[in-house]
Amino acid sequence: MTRFTAAFAKPHPALVAFITAGDGDTAANLDALVAGGADVIELGMPFTDPMADGPAIQAANLRSLAKGTTTADIFVIAAAFRARHPETPLVLMGYANPMTIRGGDWFAAECAKAGVDGVICVDIPAEEDPELGPALRSAGVDLIRLATPTTDTARLPAVLSGAGGFLYYVSVAGITGQQQAAQASIDEAVARLKAETDLPVAVGFGVRTPEQATQIAKVADGVVVGSAFIDIIAEHGDAAAPYVETFTRSLADAIHGAKEIAA
Amino acid sequence: MTDLPNSLRSGPDARGHFGQFGGRYVAETLMPLILDLERHHRAAQADPAFKAEFDYLLKHYVGRPSPLWFAERLTEHLGGAKIYLKREDLNHTGAHKINNCIGQILLAKRMGKTKIIAETGAGQHGVATATVAALFGLPCTIFMGAVDVARQQPNVFRMKLLGAEVVAVESGAKTLKDAMNEALRHWVANVHDTFYIIGTVAGPHPYPELVRDFQSVIGDEAREQILEAEGRLPDMLIAPVGGGSNAIGLFHPFLDDADVEIVGVEAAGEGLDGKHAASLAGGRPGILHGNKTYLLQDEDGQITEAHSISAGLDYPGIGPEHSWLHEIGRVRYEPVTDAEALASFQKLTRLEGIIPALESAHAIAAAERIAPTLGKDKIIIVNCSGRGDKDIFTVADALGVDL
Repeated sequence: MTRFTAAFAKPHPALVAFITAGDGDTAANLDALVAGGADVIELGMPFTDPMADGPAIQAANLRSLAKGTTTADIFVIAAAFRARHPETPLVLMGYANPMTIRGGDWFAAECAKAGVDGVICVDIPAEEDPELGPALRSAGVDLIRLATPTTDTARLPAVLSGAGGFLYYVSVAGITGQQQAAQASIDEAVARLKAETDLPVAVGFGVRTPEQATQIAKVADGVVVGSAFIDIIAEHGDAAAPYVETFTRSLADAIHGAKEIAA
Repeated sequence: MTDLPNSLRSGPDARGHFGQFGGRYVAETLMPLILDLERHHRAAQADPAFKAEFDYLLKHYVGRPSPLWFAERLTEHLGGAKIYLKREDLNHTGAHKINNCIGQILLAKRMGKTKIIAETGAGQHGVATATVAALFGLPCTIFMGAVDVARQQPNVFRMKLLGAEVVAVESGAKTLKDAMNEALRHWVANVHDTFYIIGTVAGPHPYPELVRDFQSVIGDEAREQILEAEGRLPDMLIAPVGGGSNAIGLFHPFLDDADVEIVGVEAAGEGLDGKHAASLAGGRPGILHGNKTYLLQDEDGQITEAHSISAGLDYPGIGPEHSWLHEIGRVRYEPVTDAEALASFQKLTRLEGIIPALESAHAIAAAERIAPTLGKDKIIIVNCSGRGDKDIFTVADALGVDL
């Protein structure tokens, strides 16, 4: 059983939490996410040109890079996290260039060595899978694919081919941290995706409050929250961990209890 | 595009790759739209009515064909090969950019898109896009780095006069790269009704191919014109390369003519040891803005800032087909510094009465270096890709003149 299957086999939907590596006290914030009840953690790899991100995560990327965060630093953070938290799945999320600049094989090997369970690459669609997919799969690291409102039924099999871990449904056509999708469209999309895959489906983009998360958790296997954490870290800097933990707990309580509320 | 088995003109392959370069490195949200664009481009290529409308607009609106001018005084001054200038500066809006904008807005119309967006650096592509949007009555939003907005006020005002909304981009270094990021962000949230007119032969497939196809009118005309003037093909082509759309437009129709030497000119800024925009000379392959190509970047793949006196060359990447032509050695790429371009800007103005764009001045500088080393029986075609009126403030500033 992988850490992903264990996380999604819990008797409740999963809170998938995103923060940017090197923005604030990352180790403390990661511990706060676990303590607060996050089930899966996505660690953002900062990039100079985060094309799919809204203002909050763009700023987090630049803050991290301004502090001199390197790819090597990120793997150190990941390996230390794995040593402290043997069970919580850890995902690296980011853009193609930093992931492939030393070759896909190098990146996949470093992920495996650091105990990273999965990778989300925003700008490598299924069509460019050879860039990273084969290397990750042979290193035993799951490639987590994104499905979006524009991913039609004809395209979905290509998106699912080679995918692992969970399927990340980007609920709005847009960038991170902006508007939220209509709940009805999320219900419909999750049902459609679950008919086509056995992978757990986590829904994200624009989810900022426990109330929104509760609604989504009634239908999805996981709820992804990112920009709202980034806002807390932006506000509190290196002292953000207690605030991160409190907010995590409010989200986790809402998401973990959502299905009972529904029943 | 030809189908000869050994043609250098048959790329990209079905996946949009030129060798290892190119491709479609975009977010999943954009992928279905990119595939749809490719289908419409293929259909347009096969539709004589599309070509007829494109040709009509190029002739009667843009003013094509642009002349091929024998620069006799420059040639005499340099004392070597005969230099011809392909006068893209005489196009409507003052540069080659409009060729591509006409083609893409016809595609937008064909796809039923009702809104136009574009990125711009110096403002030339922004002005050309705003122009065709006005002509077709479509609302248009131009993304421009805040730094560029401040230093290119005349073009900002032109775009506004043409009815475009100009968004000053405050992220990153606030220049062309960041404008493109912001245009992509806007596009991903508005894919249902918005067409993105990319200004150069970069971005995800099929953009590098379709922009090249629309710009190849430059080389097709030059070929015909030089045959008429000289009765033979030129010995060399020279063009400036930022993203590389004017250059590929001139080069592509000659790629299979092995006797025609081809030179692309990269902006070396303050010199290759300092701040520059020469992606091939100073960069290495990576992935940005939807394609794999040579990029200025650090060892972790973080993109570094480009610099050139010419805002149109101030970009840390280059079109993927150029990266491929560089790697296979078909095109030689040479650097030219700000100072060399500035000197050639003034020289061409004085000798020929033609004020070239600073981008074009880079190609003139390379011609000045090369022409004297060639015999008087040799022929060079230089792409005068744009006119320099837009640059007079930059040039005055560099020369210490207070306007």
